[in-house]
Amino acid sequence: MSSENSSGDATEDIPAVEYVSGSGVPIRGNDIDTDQIIPARFMKVVTFDGLGQFSFFDLRFDDDDEPKEHPMNEERFQDASVMVVNDNFGCGSSREHAPQALMRWGIDAFVGEGFAEIFAGNCLALGMPTVTADHESINDLQQWVEDNPDGDIDVDVAAETVIYGGNEISVSVDRAQREALVEGNWDTTALMKANEQSIQATADSLPYL
Amino acid sequence: MSEGTLYDKVWDQHKVTTLPNGQDQLFVGLHLIHEVTSPQAFGMLQERGLEVARPDLTHATVDHIVPTADQSRPYEEDAAERMMAELEENVRDAGIEFSDPTSGNQGIVHVIGPEQGITQPGKTIVCGDSHTSTHGAFGALAFGIGTSQIRDVLATQTIAMEKQKVRRIEITGELEEGVEAKDIILEIIRRLGTEGGVGYVYEYAGETIENLGMEGRMSICNMSIEGGARAGYVQPDETTYEWMQETDYFQDHSEEFDQLKPYWESIRSEADAEYDDVVEIDAGELDPVVTWGTTPGQGIGIDDPIPAPGDLPEAKQDTARRAQKHMRVEPGETMNGYDVDVAFLGSCTNARLPDLRRAARIVKGRQVADDVRAFVVPGSQRVQEAARQEGLKDVFEEAGFEWRNAGCSMCLGMNEDQLEGDEACASSSNRNFVGRQGSKDGRTVLMNPRMVAAAAINGEVSDVRDMTEVSLA
Repeated sequence: MSSENSSGDATEDIPAVEYVSGSGVPIRGNDIDTDQIIPARFMKVVTFDGLGQFSFFDLRFDDDDEPKEHPMNEERFQDASVMVVNDNFGCGSSREHAPQALMRWGIDAFVGEGFAEIFAGNCLALGMPTVTADHESINDLQQWVEDNPDGDIDVDVAAETVIYGGNEISVSVDRAQREALVEGNWDTTALMKANEQSIQATADSLPYL
Repeated sequence: MSEGTLYDKVWDQHKVTTLPNGQDQLFVGLHLIHEVTSPQAFGMLQERGLEVARPDLTHATVDHIVPTADQSRPYEEDAAERMMAELEENVRDAGIEFSDPTSGNQGIVHVIGPEQGITQPGKTIVCGDSHTSTHGAFGALAFGIGTSQIRDVLATQTIAMEKQKVRRIEITGELEEGVEAKDIILEIIRRLGTEGGVGYVYEYAGETIENLGMEGRMSICNMSIEGGARAGYVQPDETTYEWMQETDYFQDHSEEFDQLKPYWESIRSEADAEYDDVVEIDAGELDPVVTWGTTPGQGIGIDDPIPAPGDLPEAKQDTARRAQKHMRVEPGETMNGYDVDVAFLGSCTNARLPDLRRAARIVKGRQVADDVRAFVVPGSQRVQEAARQEGLKDVFEEAGFEWRNAGCSMCLGMNEDQLEGDEACASSSNRNFVGRQGSKDGRTVLMNPRMVAAAAINGEVSDVRDMTEVSLA
């Protein structure tokens, strides 16, 4: 696994994420909800540490906690850092535990047909790109990952391309996501905190405060 | 882009500035927090040496993990006790008001905000919970956020967001008896898809919506997120203002009601507002809707045949095949007669007083089927107390329902209320995802509260219109 983050200059300590490179893992199916990504019983915690092992738990393990057939259980995908998914991935609950768990499992970027908004927002807050392409391109990429589990996928956020095995597909990156990742502005706390005077002015203008 | 809609107006009113990444920074009028998604955010704040910027605009409750049977402290489950203790410490340190179980005001976060009058038209409201869209019923702009965004809001009382498109969904026609707001939203999601609202905010309008009470409007806005829309709203009107006037806040601050009403009136979408999309639905044609699958978009009328996956759009076929296998249903069958083991009347979608009243009229004088465990989990302590005073608790208990304390309960199976094995559950909640109710083999059938009552009595999914309602008087 290699994840190449060039250093950013916009906000101190926050790297830009122009580019993620690594091998892939295909997770097939539309409408994969965050309850499947991290079942609620694993959320009875006050930190995100250690969530990685519970990613997709009920799809990966049986009643006796024995591994089932699932890409994330396969030896060949253990080093994957790019998850290739289909449409409406991450729908349902807003739990940031979902991308936190996948990040802790080793994922740095998602390539898919489409993402639920809150999930994509949570990924951005963690510096993880969620880039999209059409159904056919994603299908081809998933098949290629099956055939080339060690092959590198280069997700270029700035150029909006995904390159793998000599193929290049153009992908869409939400404009704000691209700006935030490429400029290293994806950690918004400091950025917004700097606008304290304008925040107060807005508050003062609200009829209900 | 839309123009002149409530969304545009409330957005502009709260916009602080445009950030370098192109997102807008929006001021947050009300930040609701609970025990599951906030502790990590408080932790991040501490790591950075930051304090809660506006504890006065933040309100906490406990709902997801709180036991609904024995609530004595410490909670029996260690993890639940730890989460509760962490929340107590965080709100105490920051000076945040906490509707805790000893206050009589505790409940599901999307029930208590409206009850206390802190949910108001024209506010921006966020919470680390996707069903925050509920508050849009009051003409607020309300959406769910993740934990890193909770950190942002705690630290700055603002949030970074991109403006979305607005789809007006115009509902006309008179609802048939037995058909409710829940059926309208399930039909909307079935038609537009679980991903159809991604990138949109939904404006619910039309005579059917105008004729709904606030609870029905909340049920609809609540499930916007199940259709992919992060927020949904209804224009404030006299129904809204009547609700506001009766809340504690405006009972205590009656002068503010008169001051704020012009603002509330001013944010209504203009008659000539421009929308990015408009959809019309005739609700007069609706039968009670139930789900046959494992996404909220897989709904059908109670007597309609379950679709063959091959007849669905290609993108929906695989999901449908997996769902039918999980639910053990076949194309061509109806859901009428589907055996249930559990009946759950609760959740932020349908556990308010009118929901319980309607269900009680079906239950009264009848008995829960022998092999069904049925329970009522009121949405808040206030709902629980009001229902008790009205005699609803007795009606449910005499019929064989368990009467519990307020919380999220079996909607998401984070406390001890869970499906076991492959139990099937008639549920008034919002999600039928695999594993959602606590068992990975559990089967959830979503429906309106009266339909849950009917299923509890009959031991199977059934048409509530075939049952006579009993007066509660």
